[in-house]
Amino acid sequence: MTITTSSSSAFLRGVRGSAPFLLPLGPFAFLFGVVGTEAGLNIAQVMGFSVLVIAGASQLTALQLMADQAPTFIVLISALAVNLRMAMYSASLAPWMGGAPFWQRGLAAYLLVDNSYAQSLAEYERQPQMTVAERMSYFFGAMLMIAPGWYAGTILGALVGREIPDALALDFAVPITFLAIVVPALRTLAHVAAAMVAVIGGLALAWLPYSLGLLPAGLLAMMVGAEVERWGWARPLRREAGA
Amino acid sequence: MGLGAPLAAGGRGVTGWSDVAIWGIIVALGIGTWLVRFSFLGLIGDRALPPWLLRHLRYTPVAVIPALLAPLIVWPPATGGQTEPARLIAAIVCIVVGLWTRSLVGSIVAGMGTLYAVQGLL
Repeated sequence: MTITTSSSSAFLRGVRGSAPFLLPLGPFAFLFGVVGTEAGLNIAQVMGFSVLVIAGASQLTALQLMADQAPTFIVLISALAVNLRMAMYSASLAPWMGGAPFWQRGLAAYLLVDNSYAQSLAEYERQPQMTVAERMSYFFGAMLMIAPGWYAGTILGALVGREIPDALALDFAVPITFLAIVVPALRTLAHVAAAMVAVIGGLALAWLPYSLGLLPAGLLAMMVGAEVERWGWARPLRREAGA
Repeated sequence: MGLGAPLAAGGRGVTGWSDVAIWGIIVALGIGTWLVRFSFLGLIGDRALPPWLLRHLRYTPVAVIPALLAPLIVWPPATGGQTEPARLIAAIVCIVVGLWTRSLVGSIVAGMGTLYAVQGLL
């Protein structure tokens, strides 16, 4: 890849734009390291999750279901279901990145997380004159600190995990972190309807072994969200700054 | 054992899993997640997706995560499935602060802070 001036400046802009995302990322990665180690994974396995999967919510889902002694395919299907939103990210980035070389798209797919998606798409829409090479540089720049930050946070959590006293009730940090991720995503009435159905379905089917109720409840909630959107109730609940 | 016990129903953590099974899940989840991310970017190029599919995909996070969460909050494994007021209140505070500030760190701090405060009071 020839690095042109405009590509390297796009790369640097990507790095700079990612800085605000480091703050919420670090504690989340740390939490996964702590919880994974305490659940009995060794450091290599905890790191295996963070390096090979790089998707915190999905990693925590897999861990929770493994602790629940769910069958392997339920663990995999549920953890992958949490990541289905990334298929939507992939689809929405395809028109901007479609012309890039295969290996770059493959690498970008590995690095496609909530942060890089949101940050890059906003930039592409702001700067439609960017070339494909500049867009790829920007995207990789956006992950230059985020990906290593994710690994470093995880390993730190894995190393100090056993030193943290039980009185801190960090088991509850998992649902709290999940809540903190999901609540800001409740942007429209359709999202709220989907989440409500998910809560009711999740509670109603909680008696099923191995969290088997998760998938039907989630699927039903997705259908409700899509249906409510079709009724035209998907306008933002409140105006976001700058949106 | 520490946090693993509360995390696991019955306090077993991942002890029921062999090393091979754990690595199998890590690698399969890694490949599967990469395939989900690569899907449209890699294979379909810039062809448009059917709107009904995009409409469903939009709701996956808010559909799957709350279904997983609700039982963990209402019947926490750490208390043996007994509903605990401190945890319910902490979850509610976390939701309210999240709606109010849209801040990830802010709502985590508010939620855990409330849990400690209420557990300390009761």
